[in-house]
Amino acid sequence: MARAERTPAEAHDADVLVLGGGPAGTWAAIAAAAAGARVVLADKGYCGTSGPTAAGGNNLWYVPPDPAAREESMAAYERAGGMITDRAWMARTLELTWNQVGQLADWGYPFPTDSQGRLRRSSLQGPEYMRLMRLQVRRAGVTILDQSPALELLSDPDGVVSGARGTHRQRGDASWTVRAGAVILATGGCAFLSSALGCNPDTGDGHLMAAELGAELSGMEFSGVFGMAPAFGAQTKGRMYQFARYYHADGTAIELPPGLAARPAVARASLDGPVFARLELAPPEIHEAMRWAQPNFFLPFDKAGVDPFTELFEVRFVLEGTVRGTGGIALAGDGCETTVPGLYAAGDAATRELVTGSRSGGGSHNGAWAMSSGTISGRAAARFARRHPAAVASLRPAGQVGLPAEGKAGPSRPVSPDEVIANVQAEVLTPGKCMFRSAATLRSSLGRLDEVWTDQVPHLGPGRGRQRAREAAAMTAHARWMYQAALAREESRGVHRRDDHPATDQAQAIRLRVGGLDRVWVRNEPIRTAS
Amino acid sequence: MIEIISADACIDCDKCVDVCPTNVFDAVPGSHPVIARQPDCQTCFMCEAYCPADALYVAPDRQPLPGLDEARLAAGGRFGEYRRWIGWGAGRRPGSLRDANAELPELVATFLPDTRLQ
Repeated sequence: MARAERTPAEAHDADVLVLGGGPAGTWAAIAAAAAGARVVLADKGYCGTSGPTAAGGNNLWYVPPDPAAREESMAAYERAGGMITDRAWMARTLELTWNQVGQLADWGYPFPTDSQGRLRRSSLQGPEYMRLMRLQVRRAGVTILDQSPALELLSDPDGVVSGARGTHRQRGDASWTVRAGAVILATGGCAFLSSALGCNPDTGDGHLMAAELGAELSGMEFSGVFGMAPAFGAQTKGRMYQFARYYHADGTAIELPPGLAARPAVARASLDGPVFARLELAPPEIHEAMRWAQPNFFLPFDKAGVDPFTELFEVRFVLEGTVRGTGGIALAGDGCETTVPGLYAAGDAATRELVTGSRSGGGSHNGAWAMSSGTISGRAAARFARRHPAAVASLRPAGQVGLPAEGKAGPSRPVSPDEVIANVQAEVLTPGKCMFRSAATLRSSLGRLDEVWTDQVPHLGPGRGRQRAREAAAMTAHARWMYQAALAREESRGVHRRDDHPATDQAQAIRLRVGGLDRVWVRNEPIRTAS
Repeated sequence: MIEIISADACIDCDKCVDVCPTNVFDAVPGSHPVIARQPDCQTCFMCEAYCPADALYVAPDRQPLPGLDEARLAAGGRFGEYRRWIGWGAGRRPGSLRDANAELPELVATFLPDTRLQ
């Protein structure tokens, strides 16, 4: 506690503190405020541009309230998700997504009308959506702290999470502290600074903060997700590649399954040499519609002077990790509670296995999940805070690693955060290690990652800003959870691909919990049967 | 990556400093902001979307491109390009009104009936 009180920093008192200002965080803040809570929202970057949604946009898992249509959609996704989803969560997600999209329309989101004159509400363009969400957060009376990464959680003597502290990275790293009755982690997944579209703010900070208080994670093996991008850039917008054919460097075509199902095979082909794509299956009649559907896909090509419909361009695979994978902080109840009292998780920070299972949650499911889990967590956290107001004293900072400026590590020979980050990236950024897995490659990577955790992370020195060392520690922990879970799942299922166990094993239609920092553990989690 | 803040167009509003999700810019009192941490740029085009003066050029490349010709890029309409697509700025319609994502499966079915695209 001495540390927190030593520097008289900016301090706020709140009922609910939301960490992260993407879709989940903004829906959470609005829901908590609507329930009467005083809310502070702190974003590492800028609430409105941070994270993959603002940069990339969302298609939504959006099904009208017709019981048969919803039943059919849930059943289809249950199968596609490897039978480890949860019907009750799926139904709630569909219901809330429908309601919240209606709310967006009432707030004035400019939804399109199609060529038949029908209103279409299943796609949200990122900048428009998140600018509107920021406006609504402000209208709800929420205090927004921009450019203010959280560094660590605070807990009271009973172990209840009671706030967080962090830094203002545009004000000389000045400290801030928020005491709150409950904290919602909406900090996103982790894409390991791969530069996948909009993903660099997402370095798994919330997972580390949660794990330091003993929170459990789930589904971390469903993390080997890579987006395809033109090789000159990092724009991982995938949908237009359904119109692509692919070629080797010598111009011979690569034989592949049709549509988006081709992607893993394209990634595998890229292990052996450069792969080129061309959107030659798109008839000219729909080029214009494609451009208006995803201007941020075509913008980089236009700027680069490449016509993707007629010219071959090299592609590469960029890690999207647990942003598009489905693993994250495990939920312990119907209000998005984590296993730590007073701590909630929403959006990509939470496990999305409940609604997407083992397949990628990218786009529609994650977008729907962010809306629904954000709203659910905001309501539940506000309820919790009413029963359990923030403690006024004796709050203990929970951070354990990557806080060199705080005198916790006291390294004699500090290791730079950039060195740690590079060492972690070397084990995760390539499809040959993270997408196509085997016991041998996973053990080899884990050996190096454990060394980084043991030999380097405790000696992290300051980087550019106090957040960098925390990010380095968070990414090291994240990679170790991913690969320990991947080693334990001895089969292939969804986005988890084991080359040494290529088949799906019905007996492993289970979820895997993982956790721990110095010693990472994995255990089977029984699946609640459909209600 | 972000490459150019046009000294001719920039109005020193520091909006880019405020909105950059990876904190690439620094404000400079009494002057234009500067690109202080270019390697942190993730090429998300958010600054280009928010710049009210169309003063920013974000190159599509993930590596720096030294020696870009600002006048040529400006003449080619390459400043504020993303902002035009999303329809932000006075007198423009939101690009989302023309968002055809929801229609894509139907367009595929109409124009490519023989393929098994998703």
